[in-house]
Amino acid sequence: MVTEKENNQITKQANTNSTRRAFLKNSGLTVGGIAIGATFGGLLGNLRGGEVQTEQTPPPVAEVANPNVALMFFTPDEYQTTNAAVERIFPEGENGPGAMELNAAIYIDHQLASQWGVNAKDYRLGPFYKPEPTQGEQIKLLRQDLFRLGLKRLDNYSNENYERQFLDLEAGEQDDVLAAFEEGKAGSISGVSTTEFFKLLRQLTLEGVYADPMYGGNKEMLGWEMRKYPGTRMGYINEIQKKDFVELEPNSLQSHMGHS
Amino acid sequence: MATKLPKEPVVVIGMGWAGGIIASELTKAGIKVVGLERGKERKMSDYLMVHDELRFQHREELMQDLSKETVTHRNNSKMRALPMRQYGTFIVGDGLGGAGSHWNGQTYRFLPYDFEIKTMTEERYGKNKIKADYPLQDWGITYDELEPYYDTFEKMSGISGETVELYGHRSNPYPTKPMLKTPVLEEFEKAAKKLGYKPYMMPSANLSENYENPDGIARAACQYCAYCENFGCEYGAKADPVVTVLPVAQETGNLDLRTHANVTRILNDGTKATGVIYVDALTGEEFEQPAEVVVVASYVFNNARLLLNSGLGKPYNPADGTGVIGKNYCYQVSSGYSTLFYNDREFNLYAGAGALGIEIPEFTGDNFDHANENFIHGAGIRSTQYGNRPIANNNVPIGTPSWGKEFKEQSIKYTNSILQVKSQGASMPHRQNYIDLDPTYKDAYGMPLLRITYDYTEQDKALVKYMAKVTRSIAEEMGPDHIDTVGEQAPFNVNVDTNTHNTGGVIMGAEPETSAINSYQQMWDAENVFVVGASAFPHNSCFNPTGTLGALSYRAAEGIETYLKQGGSLV
Repeated sequence: MVTEKENNQITKQANTNSTRRAFLKNSGLTVGGIAIGATFGGLLGNLRGGEVQTEQTPPPVAEVANPNVALMFFTPDEYQTTNAAVERIFPEGENGPGAMELNAAIYIDHQLASQWGVNAKDYRLGPFYKPEPTQGEQIKLLRQDLFRLGLKRLDNYSNENYERQFLDLEAGEQDDVLAAFEEGKAGSISGVSTTEFFKLLRQLTLEGVYADPMYGGNKEMLGWEMRKYPGTRMGYINEIQKKDFVELEPNSLQSHMGHS
Repeated sequence: MATKLPKEPVVVIGMGWAGGIIASELTKAGIKVVGLERGKERKMSDYLMVHDELRFQHREELMQDLSKETVTHRNNSKMRALPMRQYGTFIVGDGLGGAGSHWNGQTYRFLPYDFEIKTMTEERYGKNKIKADYPLQDWGITYDELEPYYDTFEKMSGISGETVELYGHRSNPYPTKPMLKTPVLEEFEKAAKKLGYKPYMMPSANLSENYENPDGIARAACQYCAYCENFGCEYGAKADPVVTVLPVAQETGNLDLRTHANVTRILNDGTKATGVIYVDALTGEEFEQPAEVVVVASYVFNNARLLLNSGLGKPYNPADGTGVIGKNYCYQVSSGYSTLFYNDREFNLYAGAGALGIEIPEFTGDNFDHANENFIHGAGIRSTQYGNRPIANNNVPIGTPSWGKEFKEQSIKYTNSILQVKSQGASMPHRQNYIDLDPTYKDAYGMPLLRITYDYTEQDKALVKYMAKVTRSIAEEMGPDHIDTVGEQAPFNVNVDTNTHNTGGVIMGAEPETSAINSYQQMWDAENVFVVGASAFPHNSCFNPTGTLGALSYRAAEGIETYLKQGGSLV
């Protein structure tokens, strides 16, 4: 559904569009070496000068499902297992939602389906040797395969020790399983330590909680809101001079669209 | 078979700061320059979607594609070097602007001491202070000789800063005033002053105010948006070749800029270069570009690699210390630091800029007595406010689990309540730290990768211990609820250490026996080849390298101009 916050967002975006467009046009000119005059300086002042305002909430619109919440890589079972695992890495609590609610598993699904999931920009030529601890990972498996096999290993290890799938374990038991994975004590994933799978899971969970929502996680910017992070704004020249903490509503990159 | 193109006066390899400055200076003087950049084209408006932490910082959008080229690393010559398969430590720039697009903008001058480090250390502490395994050497140029070039670089890029008494003489003040002294930086300032130090605002290429440079390039003031390192600046507030020297060169009509042009070899007969071979990175087509002068201005790693792959210069031999290409590879020593946790205070840490910081000069260079220390040189002790982006910044007190309920609670609790007092230490050369060609691993074009043999030395470990104590004492004076101090230098780890301040490999000096290039960055062994960049540093100081790289680039441009007129060795 479209929240009040999102509606506010859209309104704010509309209000700042014209200023921002003019600004970029002007700053583009500076590349050509044309001097910036008082107008330009004034424009910058205006851009940053105002306090944050809360606009009127526009009338409610029809509920629209988030089209990003769909799978492009995981099987439904893999998605469920991932959801359970990320929630243990970053659980719901008094401070706010956990990774499950924030759609971290959707984020991970999308990342593993991307060129990053197949290590497109990594050095992939052999030979592959076992590294010293100072030499960085030398893993032949692609990220999407390591993750998929890691999920399978989570279930196998859970079955070996608890006679249940990972998804069916109590939270404390899931934590114990993940701890064994972290320490590399849960067997091997096609020759790769479970530690490597755990590192990937932890990294992806944090990214799924805190990356821009266009990637599928950080639902409604609630990950940012939890830590009072304002997301992306044109600048903080006023806020940075304040002794007291200035809390701002988060903006996503979406708010920068339409400015070119 | 390579397509042979018509001969040109100058071909420049790499269009970052070094190549951009040289292209700008030569084309303004009416000299035709071919600029070869292996990455893509870039302009300021391309940075519109740059506030994306995932894409630019964690997926390294502006960096070299490692599937095409990386480096291999080992800690010592007994180990087998293995390729850096993904980014962890160095982030090597790619595309127009190079590292000058994604840098933070901290723009220092090195100290007078740096340029005459061997002479001055021996004068003050005697011949035995520098151990035999440390091939420390003077640079073949003094600070006073280089000062005018620093001045030119600072005016071109509009550096914001304040004069520091303990540092080298300045012919002019910084062109723009220091950046804002924010409440976060005032915390450090108060404590440092109480302890008797004289803190100063870090010199910054993020403009403190609107500025027009001598080339007529006007840029807007920094808005403290917190997206500098790893990112391009959509305001042009951060000096970047893309918004400074490159448009100036293009405006002259004398720059023939070719992107996606990856140079694989410098053609030469052992004493002179005749041109370069490059591959169109998109089509695979090969070209030969003949030239009067070849300027090697890519990143540190590739500067050395190109020379070695082309058989130019005598490769360094660690067994007897002879040869020069690959010698004195240095890094940065930054492991001594303290992290401060506050329970009841929140700072606006989401805001910041890449060169927004405050620092004390008392522990840099030889500004304190080293008579009873097992190290020379020093560190800048500093506190910075870059803007803490959420994926990268989840600091918790040492001992806290790295995931789960407690991690989440602590990392969120301290998100806006954490400061750091850090040290950035100098890196001295060691005979066993060097770069050469890897015997096994190749790049996408079949050329050997560069191999780094490097680990921290006894000198580095002693420096870190000392500087950690200094950071601790300032941290304590700042009065947080909890302090974690890291004071031991762990072995160099290619996926953990976070710094791209690589230097050396094609070093400058006064004699051909111990250096590869003279003070105009002209190769001793091939007078029409100029190798420009931080690869020229015989050691790395405790300051960010770009200011010195920029100054040396201006001097090289002057040298190339002279060489084109009269030929021969410039010294």
